[in-house]
Amino acid sequence: MTLTTHEHTQALPMIQRGSMQSFKIALAQISPRLGDIEFNLKKHLDWIERAAREQADLVVFPELSLSGYFLRDLVPQVAIQAHASDPVFAQLLDASRAIDIALGFACEDERHNFTIAAAYLSQGELIHLHHKVYLPTYRLFDDARFFGAGTMLRAFDTRFGRMGFLICEDAWHLSSGVVLWQDGADILLHIASNPGYGVRADLTTLANTDDLHLINRAYAEMLTVWVVHVNRVGVEDGVTFFGGSSVTAPDGKVIANAPLLDEAIVHATLERSALRHARQTLPLVRDEKLDLVIAELQRIQNGIRNP
Amino acid sequence: MNTLTSSLSRLAINTDLVRPVLVNFLREEIRKVGYQRAVVGLSGGIDSAVALALAVEALGAQNVRALIMPYRASSAASEADARAVAEQFGVEARKIEITPMVEPLLAANPDMSNVRRGNVMARMRMIVLYDQSEEFKALVVGTSNKTELLLGYGTLHGDMASALNPIGDLYKAQLRQLARALDIPRQIIDKPPTADLWVGQTDEAELGVTYELADQILFMLVDERCREEDVIAAGFDAAVVRALNTRIRNNQFKRSLPIIAKISGRTIGTDFLYMRDWGR
Repeated sequence: MTLTTHEHTQALPMIQRGSMQSFKIALAQISPRLGDIEFNLKKHLDWIERAAREQADLVVFPELSLSGYFLRDLVPQVAIQAHASDPVFAQLLDASRAIDIALGFACEDERHNFTIAAAYLSQGELIHLHHKVYLPTYRLFDDARFFGAGTMLRAFDTRFGRMGFLICEDAWHLSSGVVLWQDGADILLHIASNPGYGVRADLTTLANTDDLHLINRAYAEMLTVWVVHVNRVGVEDGVTFFGGSSVTAPDGKVIANAPLLDEAIVHATLERSALRHARQTLPLVRDEKLDLVIAELQRIQNGIRNP
Repeated sequence: MNTLTSSLSRLAINTDLVRPVLVNFLREEIRKVGYQRAVVGLSGGIDSAVALALAVEALGAQNVRALIMPYRASSAASEADARAVAEQFGVEARKIEITPMVEPLLAANPDMSNVRRGNVMARMRMIVLYDQSEEFKALVVGTSNKTELLLGYGTLHGDMASALNPIGDLYKAQLRQLARALDIPRQIIDKPPTADLWVGQTDEAELGVTYELADQILFMLVDERCREEDVIAAGFDAAVVRALNTRIRNNQFKRSLPIIAKISGRTIGTDFLYMRDWGR
């Protein structure tokens, strides 16, 4: 791991600015065009270049950033393979030589299963691929009709520390974050297409903006991790995605905030010392009783309950 | 009657949140399909005034055209209110009388009911609006609110026709709130809502229920997913609750595209599923 900081280097290629100790993350709060991969790929490459120019080490895009959200029958037309042989994916892999990239797309595997995926790319390689586990299929959501569900929650190592992906609904299941945390993730990449609604008079922000702040803060503070929430903006058939992306530090404080409704790139610097400080103040990682949790869940799964 | 009071307060909205969402909706949904402009039919009532104000905020006054389309029986006060709104928001107001277009059809059918006559007028205004939208290279902004849409109080292919509708998810009571935030003139907010199809007509007389009551019941049935008996238990009149619920069901057809007889393995509307914003 190179820890040198290059202040004045050109953006391309292979720069190592950040380190495990401190690195700069860019939240790419974009509005993808529904079903237009060519347009969206270009937008990704532009924003990746911009983030690199602005000295970021990692740029994070929202859920289905490459395709848009309400895909329905478009899924097979816009799905890509997470492999260098895919012409779209190859360009993103190439772009990851300048800066690490996390993004969302409709993914097709060798057996033609379609999933909502998130990929972490670094130095021309695919570091991790996550498939959305929880597919909301209620109210305005129809994920499970058009996609298969992921079957794994795994943390992964990057040159900036150990991370885990939560795609939108994944984050609403508390256990997802806990599993990634126990698997060693110190940074949760929560990428989403959160629609905005709920405008009651007693609210100062959209109802589910409020919900998302609560979720991010709960994970951050209760797991003492960073939560990087990147939500898209734009409107699809009248449904507004609200943006408001953020980074919440391990002490629960929001250290970066993107605007509501508008496209924006927002930077945050993550200092490893903040993690240390949070965990010496609140040693929840140290004190977690994984054996007990597993034993009790096993018991519950076996149908054994105390009267 | 604590429940009644609280159901009215639950309808209250934060207009500072609603306004930017609706403005952004209009701007994005119009521009992404390659347009910059909108046309709005201005009746002199609150709904079209709010739609116009939002369109102006989204696109700029020079990109919005207001159409005032009176019939000879329309009230002069309605036209004056419509003009006042257009002037306040700096929008070009075009008056296009529908009387000479409507009269031949009415004259050929002297026994036409009020409903038929009203439908003819509403559909003639639709023709004028869509014609103007082509000339102005604009999209037609809808002015139907949630209360009307749920109760089917509108003319299919008439006032219900539009390219996009910023206010269709707001009840009348919520529109009044938004109208105040947008500085719509007081007399427009306070006057009794009317389709203005004949002298003295009011929405509430025709619907047989006040908007204030209808909004609360609809809000519980629809937004809060309550059962009829829950709404009745909250203190609302059983007959009114049942009548409104029946009306929601009976008017589902007005909120749907025509159904298509399925013959093939892939049928439009059934298993040919794309968003309208496909590729936009």
